Amino acid sequence: MTRVPGVLVFVVSTALAAAQPAPRQGSVAPAPQSAFADSVLDARTAAVASQLRCPVCQGLSIQDSPSELSQQMRAVVKDQLRAGKTPDEVKAYFISKYGEWILLEPKPHGFNILVYAMPVALVVAGLAVIVVAVRKWTRPPSPTP
Amino acid sequence: MNWKRAGIAAACVVPVILVFGYGLTKDPKEIPSPLPGHEASPFALEVFAPGQPPLNRAPGDTVRLADLKGQVVVLNFWASWCLSCRDEHQILSETARSYAGKPVHFLGVLYDDEADNGTKWIAQMGGQSYPSVMDPGALTAINYGLYGVPETYFLDTNGRIAYKATGPVNERLIRHFVDSLMAAGAK
Repeated sequence: MTRVPGVLVFVVSTALAAAQPAPRQGSVAPAPQSAFADSVLDARTAAVASQLRCPVCQGLSIQDSPSELSQQMRAVVKDQLRAGKTPDEVKAYFISKYGEWILLEPKPHGFNILVYAMPVALVVAGLAVIVVAVRKWTRPPSPTP
Repeated sequence: MNWKRAGIAAACVVPVILVFGYGLTKDPKEIPSPLPGHEASPFALEVFAPGQPPLNRAPGDTVRLADLKGQVVVLNFWASWCLSCRDEHQILSETARSYAGKPVHFLGVLYDDEADNGTKWIAQMGGQSYPSVMDPGALTAINYGLYGVPETYFLDTNGRIAYKATGPVNERLIRHFVDSLMAAGAK
């Protein structure tokens, strides 16, 4: 068996390597772009998911819940955002399936208004009590006959 | 008695009592579903547990809701890890068998589980008369607003959700909805 001289092997392999087409820009450039797009999509998913209630938890969003159903719901949120739906459309989808209960922050209408109005009413009532009490304390004593 | 003070105290306390009283009239565990009265989401799901003749379907068959138009559909979400599903299994299976030949289609949907586990569970429970399908990614479960298992949906002959039962169902409830929906569909 004839052995191929080492110099010849080196020359041929160098020539073959030089003949290889240079990697196209398109095959390299999208990597960071797609990573950026993924991270934007992840952030948008997290923003929507943190407004939706986990159906099997107590007061947790599907973003914070480790439950299987929450993970599956997050995947649905992500898929819908990827498909071009707006965050409001995604939330509307979940409301259509679960009702407004699915929103961690209820919409301010009907009986829900109490949730928003009660704290304000309590603060106003508290201030009124303080004002009345301070007036009473600072009132000059009535002259004794 | 200082009527002015009493009036202010009452004005503060009565609304709070009314709000809490209203809260007590509601069951905190009951979450109203917006789905009854609305068209059911279409699905196309693959059979993994065939069921028994005459209600059986071949494993690998695709069950499409669109193909079930004109029939009452009883859609039961279950899982092998679900203890409450054991309570209703035999009732569902026997009731489904009693409706064989009538325009009613019972279908089990395995939620968040493996087909192998589902098949073993059915065997342990003594079989299931109607077929069960897989729900990859729980997409159908979410489309039906599922909170947990078991949950059972009764669909009318026009493909609308008539009623959603949370927790194990009993024979009286199944027959009530199936019979009334069949009667409404026959009109």
